Amino acid sequence: MQPDSQSPPPIIQVRDLTLGFGGTPLLAHLSFDIAPGEIFVILGGSGCGKSTLLKHMIGLYEPMAGEVVIGGEVFTGTEGQARRDILRRFGVMYQMGALFGSMTLLENVRLPLEEFTDLPDEAMDLVARLKLQLVGLAGFEQHMPAEISGGMQKRAAIARAMALDPDILFLDEPSAGLDPITSAELDQLILRLSRILGITFVVVTHELPSIFTIADRVIMLDKETRGILAQGDPAHLRDHSEHPWVRRFFNREATEAS
Amino acid sequence: MFNGLPWSSRVPVGKKTSVNEGGAQLKVSPGPAGECILELSGRLDAYTIGPLWPRAGRMLEDHVDTPVRVDLAAVDYCDGAGVALLLDLLRQTRAPGAEVALVNVPTKVAQLLEPFDARALSGTPEARRAPGLGRRLGDGVHDLGRDLYNHVVFVGEAAAALAHGLAHPSRVRWKDALRIAQEAGVNALPIVALIAFLMGVILAFQSAVAMKQFGAEIFVANLVALSLFRELGPLMTAILLAGRSASAFAAEIGTMKVNEELNALTTMGLDPVRFLVVTRVMAAVIIAPLLTIFADLVGLMGGAMVMMTFDVPLVAFMNQVSQAVSPGDFLGGLFKATVFGLVIAGVGCLRGLETRTGASAVGISTTRAVVSAIILIVVLDGLFAVIFFHLGI
Repeated sequence: MQPDSQSPPPIIQVRDLTLGFGGTPLLAHLSFDIAPGEIFVILGGSGCGKSTLLKHMIGLYEPMAGEVVIGGEVFTGTEGQARRDILRRFGVMYQMGALFGSMTLLENVRLPLEEFTDLPDEAMDLVARLKLQLVGLAGFEQHMPAEISGGMQKRAAIARAMALDPDILFLDEPSAGLDPITSAELDQLILRLSRILGITFVVVTHELPSIFTIADRVIMLDKETRGILAQGDPAHLRDHSEHPWVRRFFNREATEAS
Repeated sequence: MFNGLPWSSRVPVGKKTSVNEGGAQLKVSPGPAGECILELSGRLDAYTIGPLWPRAGRMLEDHVDTPVRVDLAAVDYCDGAGVALLLDLLRQTRAPGAEVALVNVPTKVAQLLEPFDARALSGTPEARRAPGLGRRLGDGVHDLGRDLYNHVVFVGEAAAALAHGLAHPSRVRWKDALRIAQEAGVNALPIVALIAFLMGVILAFQSAVAMKQFGAEIFVANLVALSLFRELGPLMTAILLAGRSASAFAAEIGTMKVNEELNALTTMGLDPVRFLVVTRVMAAVIIAPLLTIFADLVGLMGGAMVMMTFDVPLVAFMNQVSQAVSPGDFLGGLFKATVFGLVIAGVGCLRGLETRTGASAVGISTTRAVVSAIILIVVLDGLFAVIFFHLGI
């Protein structure tokens, strides 16, 4: 159902982005596009700037140069109502979930609905319950974040991020600290949400099993060159990348992981 | 493809949040077979269906004995909130033969509805029930008993750790203690000076105005000096220390507990009480009397300044002070300040160690630390007044 059988315009465009701290660039001149509905994974060794790139993409940090375009609108440097409108186009799941500890799961998911919509009270409850049901947390509505496991907290964080039905979900290290089974369940949840809701996912991770399960496309960041070392389908990169380091990264860890 | 609908069907970014703009419509009409047709059209999303939701509910109540067909043929866009509306309509309890059914459901909307079972949503999740009076009373007594037990344990552990620290001074982390002493003591000098100076000024001025009527202005020096040295100096310094440092101790140790740093200390074989409490208590015990001496002197300066405006020379004021204040007054005040310092640091650390999980727990601990410290200071000050009276100090 794409318009005029052409590829749809990218939902996220990163244009010539240079980012860093204290005047020292960490990554320089990054440019890439993310297509609607894609599961896009940002990869790289520790300290290469994966999470920093994500934080620039979601507007927490200002880049040194370049811009991020979301849904055709320039996000970098945009202020006021235009910025708030773009912010509502995406949801973010932080590494530790970042659920509000003083609220139940239902209240956590309800919060964006209370702030940004005029839905009746019961309707907000129902919408929040459906989101929690979608991430497999039906029956846990009245639990406090501290009363559930780390994996459940991450799923609840995804439910909260989805409260306003964003087009894009940014996930920062969704598998970090989870056992392989919980991690695999989270991967299946991402695939299911992508299939059912058509959400675009931007995921920062270095869990190879996750990458091969969920990723449509990956970019691999490089600390040495401060740029993108490789991008494309992960299986293709594993077998055919021209960079030995990339092949070693995928093959060695893939072997260990399997 | 976004949320079940193609990109081309979505409104531009800037307009998405406008409530009801190009929004959802609800039309009710009678059907050919006597049923009621509820026609939904336009965008069904979280921003547009707010006003429509109660109307749809009322319409179902008005036609409780009639079958209802919800026609979705003209729906352009539907997201999770729209799905919630449809499920809410489907889950309503209806008379037999008067069920709600969806017709002309677009494929994408059907896919969005697929994971959910409207019948399973008929109940509302059981809310956290507030416990009854008996339960609350029991919980209160239990908590009180547990707190008392914890306090006794803490006092014992802290006393043992302090005794160990005094017996083995080389084992005390003096670097940490000095850092804390600087933060809680040296950095508190400006606020202590300001409050003490103003206290001396106010005390002298208020009493001098009355005393002047009897030509007894010179005795204002006695009043100011005794009040400051015996009561106000130690008391105000302690209250400032409670506000600045008991809260800081509770917040710091509480955050460490939330971040599992205390668990790390324990598993490394380090006693959190020795590691964290002893340094803070020692720092507070040292700085509380020093700050009190500073407050006493600055307060006297404030009093002297006011008395000079009442034509009492500085020399006369100081002579009167030296005659009025005995070493017992001065040392008694310092002793009180030392005890206050011990209590403030102990309570701050105790509340920090009691912190539970979550960001709000740190806030609760901080508040409890300040409140408990101030209450204890005032109660102890009352006790000291009685004890000093009987000891003739």
